[in-house]
Amino acid sequence: MGSLKIENVKKAFGPVEVLKGIDLEVTDGEFVVFVGPSGCGKSTLLRVIAGLEDSTSGRVLIDGTDVSVTPPAKRGIAMVFQTYALYPHLTVRNNMGLGLKQANTPAAEIERRIGIASSMLSLEPYLERRPAELSGGQRQRVAIGRAVVREPKLFLFDEPLSNLDAALRVNTRLEIAQLHRRLKATMIYVTHDQVEAMTLADKIVVLNAGKIEQIGGPMELYNAPANEFVAGFIGSPKMNFIDGARLGETAKTIGVRPEHLTVDPKSGAWKGTVVHAEHLGADTNLYLDCEKAGLITVRIFGVYDAEPGATLYATPEPGKTYRFGADGKVLK
Amino acid sequence: MSIATRSLPRTIGAHAILLTYTVIALFPVILVVMNSFKSRAGIFGAPLTPPTPKTFDLIGYTTVIGQGDFFHYFQNSLVVTVGSLFFVLLFGAMAAFALSEYRFRGNTLMGLYLALGIMIPIRLATVAILQLMVASGLVNTLTALILVYTAQGLPLAVFILSEFMKQVSDDLKNAGRIDGLSEYTIFFRLVVPLVRPSMATVAVFTMIPIWNDLWFPLILAPSEETKTVTLGAQLFLGQFVTNWNAILAALSLAILPVLILYVIFSRQLIRGITSGAVK
Repeated sequence: MGSLKIENVKKAFGPVEVLKGIDLEVTDGEFVVFVGPSGCGKSTLLRVIAGLEDSTSGRVLIDGTDVSVTPPAKRGIAMVFQTYALYPHLTVRNNMGLGLKQANTPAAEIERRIGIASSMLSLEPYLERRPAELSGGQRQRVAIGRAVVREPKLFLFDEPLSNLDAALRVNTRLEIAQLHRRLKATMIYVTHDQVEAMTLADKIVVLNAGKIEQIGGPMELYNAPANEFVAGFIGSPKMNFIDGARLGETAKTIGVRPEHLTVDPKSGAWKGTVVHAEHLGADTNLYLDCEKAGLITVRIFGVYDAEPGATLYATPEPGKTYRFGADGKVLK
Repeated sequence: MSIATRSLPRTIGAHAILLTYTVIALFPVILVVMNSFKSRAGIFGAPLTPPTPKTFDLIGYTTVIGQGDFFHYFQNSLVVTVGSLFFVLLFGAMAAFALSEYRFRGNTLMGLYLALGIMIPIRLATVAILQLMVASGLVNTLTALILVYTAQGLPLAVFILSEFMKQVSDDLKNAGRIDGLSEYTIFFRLVVPLVRPSMATVAVFTMIPIWNDLWFPLILAPSEETKTVTLGAQLFLGQFVTNWNAILAALSLAILPVLILYVIFSRQLIRGITSGAVK
């Protein structure tokens, strides 16, 4: 069991308000991702949940119990850090077992749990090694193993993939997803990478400047962003934002995702010149400087030959444009 | 150094400068050690020549060992140095940890206050310290010296160590907290091993002035029981007659323990000085 409820949590460092009143509910077994640009308060929120940071006001409830004044070790949580944070003087086995030892768990039980976790993460050959003798990916697996053996109510991940190289990141991401499926545990995951958020989450919490912008499933955020910020943050390449007045629209801003634009050399809505083309094989990103819409990105699936300087017409797919008001909110 | 950045004239130049400096720095030490093995006539006749079979004489050493309680002085010096060193490192590291780890009101001010001692020489307060020691009955005890030297060494220790403590990963300390380690365990088991090189640096910088100090032993603990080596060597320094053999022998012997301690710390020391410069 592991549900989490956050009620109006605020956090200020001196005069700087980092969290401006966060309300959130996480049900048992959910995989929730906090995503947002750096400095948006997502890590601080995670640390408040972990108890590593006191909130200025508000309450944190785990399984219905207020843990606002409970020390981290007693909250029934486990945390995986960006820098692995393994104890350099202990072997992999002892790294994983330390938390249980501190909680006076019987040695046989510790052994059993280490056995399960290490086979789950294929760490058995490394149990007697020290962290210095492991590669980055192995270290992060040990860090995850250290969290697993605690059998916590809540797993907290603080950007666990940021220190890994691209190939390893994809592998470890897959492992975390499988882990969640197997353990059916509640997990909270912090990242600034929207791809990680989209691929892992049951529920994404988009944070910006200490506030929650929107909460929803990955497709919900993609298809129905609540405001300009979420629309721009979810999706890659980023959504095109065009000044409504230039298009003769009543809305302040018009948004179109690059993949919802089609191009044609002869006719279309917006005439433009190709500024740059990125050929990725599976898709092609074109940067067009349009007379009416300004600089926009177009994503075309497959290969598309376009030289810089060529003239192309871009047309948004019908029904796939978003209209934003002066306050940034979506206009219905 | 790669071949591309190496040129013969520059290498020779650099070595010449460094060798000159080494000779200048070592000259007095070598002179002391050399002359400690010579007879009195040898010392005054040709002070700059090494001992020859004619001038070789161990009279200095036999005097030092025979006269006075030199072994006891050594013991005093060691107790005072090691004791002060222990307390400086322990309290210095703990204060540095608190300053770098915890946010509390007046943190910066406290750090400045603790660092102030670097700028104000402790000797200015000698009279007050003496009064304090007299009042508390600590005159002529090694405790008095250890207390004073601990106070003397702390500011620099706190200053240097808090800089290094700031570099210890927050994640590691937080991982310890989540695993239920106490703050003391986090400090002793996780943080101290990681700042060990810088602690060795502090140890060497603290140790040498304490070992060599004459001022406080002379004022606070001049009794026969509590004399340190530097004070004991003064025994041979008379107003009219000075026993140079004995003084030089005593000083040569006094170099040894510091040298041993230095060798113990030096490997760590070099790492401490260069850490931060290279990743």
